[in-house]
Formats: sequence, structure tokens, C-alpha cells
Amino acid sequence: MPDLLIELFSEEIPARMQARAAADLKARMTDGLVEAGLTYAGAAAFHTPRRLTLAIEGLLERSPTLREERKGPRVDAPEKAIEGFLRGAGVAKEDLKVQDDKKGQVYVAVIEKPGREAAEIVAEVLGSVINNFPWPKSMRWGSSGLKWVRPLHSILCVLSSEAGTEVVPFEIEGIVAGDTTAGHRFMAPRRFSVTNFEDYAAKLKRAYVVLDAQERADHIWQDATNMAFAAGLEVVEDKGLLSEVAGLVEWPVVLMGEIGSDFLGLPPEVLQTSMKEHQKFFSVRNAKTGRIERFITVANRETADNGATILAGNQKVLAARLSDAKFFWENDLRIAAKGMETWTEQLSNVTFHNKLGSQAARIDRIAALAREIAPQIGADADLAEKAARVAKADLSSEMVYEFPELQGLMGRYYAEAAGLPTEVAAACQDHYSPLGPSDTVPTAPVSVAVALADKLDTLTGFWAIDEKPTGSKDPFALRRAALGVIRLLLVNGLRLELKSTVQTAIVEHYNALQFQILEEIRKDEYTAMHQFGIKSYNQFKEVQSLVSEQLSLASDKQNQQDTFIEKLGQIDLSNFVSDEDDLLSFFHDRLKVHLRDEGIRHDVIDACLAMPGNDDITLLTRRAQALGDFLKTEEGENLVQGFKRANNILSQAEEKDGVSYEFGADKKFAEDPTEEALFDALQAARPQIDAAMKAEDFAASMGAMAALRAPIDAFFEAVQVNSDKEIVRRNRLNLLSTIRSTCLAVADLTKLEG
Amino acid sequence: MATSIDKPRSFQEIILRLQSYWAAKGCAIMQPYDMEVGAGTFHPATTLRSLGSKPWAAAYVQPSRRPTDGRYGENPNRLQHYYQYQVLIKPSPPDLQDLYLGSLEAIGIDMEMHDIRFVEDDWESPTLGAWGLGWEVWCDGMEVSQFTYFQQVGGHDCHPVSGELTYGLERLAMYVLGIDHVMDMPYNDPQAPIALKYGDVFRQTEEEYSRHNFDLANTDMLLKHFEEAEAECAALLSASFDDPKTGKRIIPAHPAYDQCIKASHLFNLLDARGVISVTERQAYIGRVRALAKMCADAFVQTEAGGWTPAEATA
Repeated sequence: MPDLLIELFSEEIPARMQARAAADLKARMTDGLVEAGLTYAGAAAFHTPRRLTLAIEGLLERSPTLREERKGPRVDAPEKAIEGFLRGAGVAKEDLKVQDDKKGQVYVAVIEKPGREAAEIVAEVLGSVINNFPWPKSMRWGSSGLKWVRPLHSILCVLSSEAGTEVVPFEIEGIVAGDTTAGHRFMAPRRFSVTNFEDYAAKLKRAYVVLDAQERADHIWQDATNMAFAAGLEVVEDKGLLSEVAGLVEWPVVLMGEIGSDFLGLPPEVLQTSMKEHQKFFSVRNAKTGRIERFITVANRETADNGATILAGNQKVLAARLSDAKFFWENDLRIAAKGMETWTEQLSNVTFHNKLGSQAARIDRIAALAREIAPQIGADADLAEKAARVAKADLSSEMVYEFPELQGLMGRYYAEAAGLPTEVAAACQDHYSPLGPSDTVPTAPVSVAVALADKLDTLTGFWAIDEKPTGSKDPFALRRAALGVIRLLLVNGLRLELKSTVQTAIVEHYNALQFQILEEIRKDEYTAMHQFGIKSYNQFKEVQSLVSEQLSLASDKQNQQDTFIEKLGQIDLSNFVSDEDDLLSFFHDRLKVHLRDEGIRHDVIDACLAMPGNDDITLLTRRAQALGDFLKTEEGENLVQGFKRANNILSQAEEKDGVSYEFGADKKFAEDPTEEALFDALQAARPQIDAAMKAEDFAASMGAMAALRAPIDAFFEAVQVNSDKEIVRRNRLNLLSTIRSTCLAVADLTKLEG
Repeated sequence: MATSIDKPRSFQEIILRLQSYWAAKGCAIMQPYDMEVGAGTFHPATTLRSLGSKPWAAAYVQPSRRPTDGRYGENPNRLQHYYQYQVLIKPSPPDLQDLYLGSLEAIGIDMEMHDIRFVEDDWESPTLGAWGLGWEVWCDGMEVSQFTYFQQVGGHDCHPVSGELTYGLERLAMYVLGIDHVMDMPYNDPQAPIALKYGDVFRQTEEEYSRHNFDLANTDMLLKHFEEAEAECAALLSASFDDPKTGKRIIPAHPAYDQCIKASHLFNLLDARGVISVTERQAYIGRVRALAKMCADAFVQTEAGGWTPAEATA
């Protein structure tokens, strides 16, 4: 069985696209071959900057012949029907067989699809793969009608077996497949022919091309670590960079260079980021001091001077880059030392979002919110506000302008340089966290207060301007922000009534939005509204009328005020409320996703959502965890069944009788001992449940509820609720109602599925 | 086996070598366009000629102005006026990468000793409504050129595709000549009786233009000129294709495009003067792009743009 070797040789493929493209080539080729009847034993794909290669082993020589018998019309059917059948089957009338059938004698066509040679099928599939290749971005070149990631130059496509090597006849847009390829662009550019994959890989290596990206990466990493080790240093690991660099070279040559002593005082993160982003260098660190002292670069060739010229050039480019970085760092430190105010002021000219105002306005809101949240989570309010005020100042720094990914981190350095308290500096760095589901969650109270305020301001802001995530669209990463809030609260076990915090923040946004409409008189009135410290809708209404009154007393700017008062009156408070409810349920949805990953069912959370305090994420989660655990026990499962039975009977009766049975049952009408026992059990359970709920000891409340299981089961076993005696029946229904209300005090068990 | 490649000695020698190299490769050596532009791409020999089906090959130096990059001649690498070397070949020849590498050898870069890399860099000009795919070319970690296959210009798909090469001449020359500060670079032969450095030629103008661009340029006037250029561009293109005087079909695509270039440069100046806010910025770019599109639409109706008289009757 032959082996197939394909190489698509092009101009330099972007490093980030290579691995995916090799995988796509393999998947699409093998799928196409198999679909056409050519099965194979194994396949492997490779990529370098200039080639995508696919090696398939043990391919069938030809696709199997397919034979199909197709039943047609009766022999005495009208001529037209028979003609139609012949056309459909593609056979002549004399080739038809006649068979006996239930219907009588019918024609049968034997259609044989002869197998085809592998080469023919390969050519066909390859053509379609090339024409439909899923490049993230492809292009045209010259006058060619092809589309590829960069100009495609040659195609190698051979089938090889013991009998020899055969070039697959294939041509696309003037490129004729052959059995040749080229070596390294500079070190061995000549073309050479190959017979099979082993020959190909071996000849490539002699022509200074390492075909396997993993082999290139391993080689780079090994040489890099050896060189660093020999100098008593270590390479800073960076898997993303390693695979990118492996995609930029065919013949990796690792070189280690010096960082000018002038630059060693820069923060290690700055060195690392600058070297990585601009030059694709690895950082080499002194493990003892943690400082970055050298760099590793990977060249794509050997030279007579062992890379000395290349290294010198790279060192020079790096020096120019780092001079910039150093210049930024020193300028920034000078400003930071004066307290970072200049930066904060500059942020008033920087738009956060055209409807949500400037970064400075955003910082004002976050600071107020952080101050509000701080006491609720055990953080110092002054420090939290201070931290919020400077946390985003570094956005104005030159370093962050150059390297946006250093935001926060530079804030910490600059806050330290400004002599601000450690808690404040830490918050500068940490308040963006957590960024994803696995990112570390800050625990220092001041950092947490600012992190919460930052995320809540963003969420409420985009809710207020109606830019909520829809489907897969979440351009402002609001889902991530909500999950961030959830994780901040849960990891730190913090109790925060989100509803009131959200309300405060939304009111603030609406307030700001209103004044944006009235740009010309914005400042004064905004301040006037603001100094009242409005936090709720009701207050908002009151303040609104107060401000209107105050303003109408002043006689200047009369016209503007008229407009202002008029506009104030137009604020629709119902929006506030719906935003708030909507945002809370957004949090609940995010919580469900988060808890699902921790093994808690969504209906369990729904059952707990019906309980008071559901805007307290930590409380809600504890309740759901306790209920989830309870449902896993036998007691729990049975109790829920008993509850449901009680609830069903009761609901049906209530519907039928058109009354609700909730006036309390009386033990004196009990006829059966189980009935009496249930009375006692309920009477005993309720105070226990209430006490446990009050103490937020959900396990205890579930335990108390579990004690009802036996009496409920026994009751249903012994007693018919629908007694002939109306008074007994009513009493029993009222008893069921007590079961319901007792259980519902723990969680809304009606929401549970199954 | 490092060959001792003949090294150039001055900035102008590098330019001259590029000129003779690309002339030898069959390009029409054009002269700089006589207007203020931000990059060599704005020269109609690139922008307009990359449109339509007619083959084209041109190379030229283009003085380029980026008002915001002015540093009063003090920064070793940044200038508000600098030179680009631009090559445009349509259709892009299959050996364009090799031709390009040959040009590096021509200016004294020894391929045996240096590490040349093609690193992904997609090009987009929002003001020209143009984009292409290609690379920035690195020599020992230093970006020495942009290499782009034009896919769209002025909103038109490029058929055939042009290959564009852009060399930042000062940076490239500093690298080849081993100079750290642009102002110290020999402009003519250092052995010449009157040897001039780049600074002798340009330091004072960098100062003057930096002051002009950042502080003196009259923004009211610039705004007015912008509006005028915008209006004139549209007015020119609204004229009938048939010239009543000569009785010929004459579409003023190039004169209109001059107005587009003018608007673009005025926008750059306004930007440097800091009078354009972030939101307005997008709007201005959109206005220039609209002009570029109108000019491209007009050019493809001219003979240089591939229009044939047969189309008129079709």
C-alpha cells in the first residue's frame, strides 16, 4: 500500500496560523480521501514558516468497486416510466435484469461504480482542499486566481511504494505538482527531489530545515536553558513565545546577548515585555536577585562568525528600544513622585465610552462606590477611596501607553514611588483581577473593595445605556466582570447586598447620563445633585424636586434652568428598577454557570433564589450548597417527594375548592395517630428551622426539615386526605399547607426538577 | 565564505544604489510626487496605478511628512520629514521576495552574515480605504522594510494584485552605515570636499517644522483648507467625462486625487495641533477615505485605470 506525501510550499506563513493550518490540512485531506473510499493507516502533519506538509501512510492503491442493485418498475410498466428509470440509473435497457417480486416481474439495474486509482482521488481532494482552505485571512497575488495565506509557490505530491515513487498528476492555477522542494531560504535554496517522507525529512535536514515544529521548539528550549545555565542564570519560561519563535525559523540558532547595564534598573516586567513584544526575545533571569540580566534570541541561520554580527545587530536594536522604555520609566517616576495627580487630571480628556463619559468621571464613580462597599467587607473606607482614585492613573503614563499590558503593574510601581500606602499600591495592581475563571482572586480588603467597585461600575454603566451582552456578543466583557464579582465575593466569603449597591451605582449612572444631555449647564447642577449623596430611587425623586426648587430660585440662566427642570422631570424611574432586576438576574445566571462547574444543579439554585436575601451571592451559594448536599441524602430525596405529594394534593384541592388552606390546622380534629405525630413534628420543626435560618445555618435547617420525612411518610401511608367528613378533610388540607409553608421556609422545593 | 561586499558610504549612495538596482530590474524610476504626503503609498504612482488591470512597475523616493513625529531634530530616530523608498509592481512577480533580497544586497547587506526574516504584518490605510497582507522585514531584529500584497485600494479589489515594497530610508541607512543618531549620518560622501551630514541638511528644518506643526500652524486656516479641498475634490469629479473643448473623454481623476492628498495632509497637521478629539478623528479619517474612494472610482474609468473605449458602448 502506498504512502502519500504532500508539501504546500509558500512565502512566509504567519507563525500564529501554522499549527492550525497543518491540522486543517490533515483533517480535510484525510476526510476527503476516506469519503472517496481511500482509507489509510496513519497520517501526520508538519509546518514550518514556508511549508505545510502532510504524510499519509498505508493508503489504499485504489478505492473499492461499489456495486449497487436498484429495483425499477414492472416489466409491463409504461415505456416512459422505464425510460425515466434508465436515465436515473445510467444504464441501457439491454443491461437490465428481470426479477420476480411481490408486484410481479420487475426490472433491476445493476450499477457498478468502478474503483478509482489513488492518484486520481488524491488530486481531486487536494484541489478542493486548496480551494476551500480555512485560513483566518487569505490573499490573492499576481494574476493568479488562487487564494492562500501568502503566495503559494510549489506543490510536492508523491505516492510512494516498493515499486517506486509516482508524482500525482495535479495542477492548480498553473502550479504543477512535482517531486521537488527547496531547502532553507539562505543556507540551501536549491531545489531537490524526494522519493518518500523519510527521504524528504532527511534531505530537508541536510538542507537546514527542521520539519517538526516541536523538534525546533525543543531544540530552542534546550539550547537556551543550557546557555543560561552555563552563565549561572535561568530562562524565563514562556510557552507562547517559544511556539511563536519556533514558527519563525526553519533552522533555529540560539544566541544569548547582553542587556546594557544602563537598563538593568528597569522593572523586570518592563524588560521582559519590551523584549518579548518588540523583539521576540526570551528573558534570562538571575534566580538569586530576580533581575533580568540577559536575553536569548533565535536566529534562522548559521554564519561564519557564529552569529556575532546577528547578535550585535539585535543588541543594538534592543538598546534603542530599551532607551525608549527607560525614558518612559524615568519620566513616569518623576510624575509619580509628585503624587500621580497630573495623570488623573489627564484622564478627564480620555473617553471611557462615549455615553459613559471620561475615565476621570468613571474614577469618581468607582471611588464613591469603593467607599460605599468598603465598610461592608471590612476594608478601610479612606484607603479604598484613595486606592480607587489612583488605581487607573497609570493609564496616562508613557509606559502603559507603550505597553498596555503593563497596566496595573506599573500603577503599583508608581504608587510605591509616590509613597502611597502598601494597600493602595497593591490595589493598583490587583483591582483588574480576576480576569478569567482561573485567574487569582485578590484577598486584601482594599484591593477587593476597588475590584468590586470597578466591575460593578462597568456592569451598571453598560446596563444603564442598554449595551448588554447578547448571544455570543459581549464586546465589553460584562460576563467576565460579573463572574469576577461573584468570585471576589465567594472566595473571600464576603457578604454584600448587591441590590442596594447596584441601585446606588445605577442611580449614579442615570444621573450622569441626564447631565450629559444638558451639557452646557452640566457641572453646577451635577454637583448640586451629587452633594445629596443619593443612593436610592426614592431619594432620587426627592432630591430631584429639591434641586428643581433651588434652581428656580436663582434668576440667572433662567432658560437653561427651565430646560434642566423639564428634563429632570422626564427621568423615567421605571428604567432604574428594570435595570436593577435585570442585572441581578444576569448575576444569577452567571452564578449558575459558575456553580454548575462545581457540581450544583441549576434547579437547586432556582429553589434558593426564591428565598429572601438572594442578592447576597455568598449567602445564596451557601444555601444552594447545603440544599445540594441535602438532596444527595436519602432523607432529603424522600422528604422532597413527600413535600411534592403534599403540595400536589393541596394545590389540586385549592384549585377545586377555590380557596387557599392556610388558616392553620387544629390538632383536635386529628383522627389518626400519624396525623397527631405529624402535628407534633411540624410544631417542633418550625422553631428549629426558623432559628437555624436566622443563624444562616442552612445545614441545621435542612436537618430540622429532614426530621419531617418519617412523620410525613407515615401520614400518607395511614391517612386518606380527602375524608368524607368535610371538617377532617379541611383540617388535613390545612395540615398539608403547614408542611408546605414549613418546607418553603428552607427553600422553594417546588422549583426542584424530578 | 563571507564576501567582502562593497559597503556604501553615505545616505545618498544608498538611495542611488536602490535607484539603479530597481532600474536594472525594469522599474520606471519616477520622481517624488510634488505634494505633501504622509507616505510613499500616497504617490499616485502607487495609489492610483495599483488599480485596474494595466501592468505597472515603478520605483521612487518619496519625501514623507508625519507632523506628529516631529522632535525638533533631537530624537535619534524620529523625524517629521523623512524619506521612503517605494517600489510597486503589478502584477506582483513570483520572485518578488528574491528581488527584494537582492536590493538589500545591493545596498551592502551581506546575506551570509545577517538574519533576514519575514514577520507577519498586515497593512491597512484607513484614509485610503486600502489594505493588504504581507510582512515587516527584519534584519537582525531590526525592521528594515514593509512588504505588502495590495488586496484593496480606495474600496476596489485589486485585480491583478500589486506587490509593494517600502523602505524607511533613514532607518535602513543608519543600520547599514552603523550610525546611532540620524543627524550624524553622512548625507554625501564623507570624503567630499564639502562633506555634509544629515543634520547639516535637516536639523534646522526639523526644528522649524516641529514648532510650526505643534504650535504655529493656523488651525482655522487649516480647517478651512480642509473643507475647501474636500469640496473641490467632489466638484472636479462631478464634471462631465466628456470635455466640451477638445471633444475628448477626460476625467480629472489625478487633479481630484491631489485634493484628496491635500485633505489628508491637512488632517495630519490638525491632528498634530491637537485640535481633533478622539471621536472627531474617526470622522475626519472617514471623510478623507470617502475622497480616496471617489478618486479610485474615477481612475478605473480612465484608460490608465484599465478602461477601454469598448466599455463605453457596452
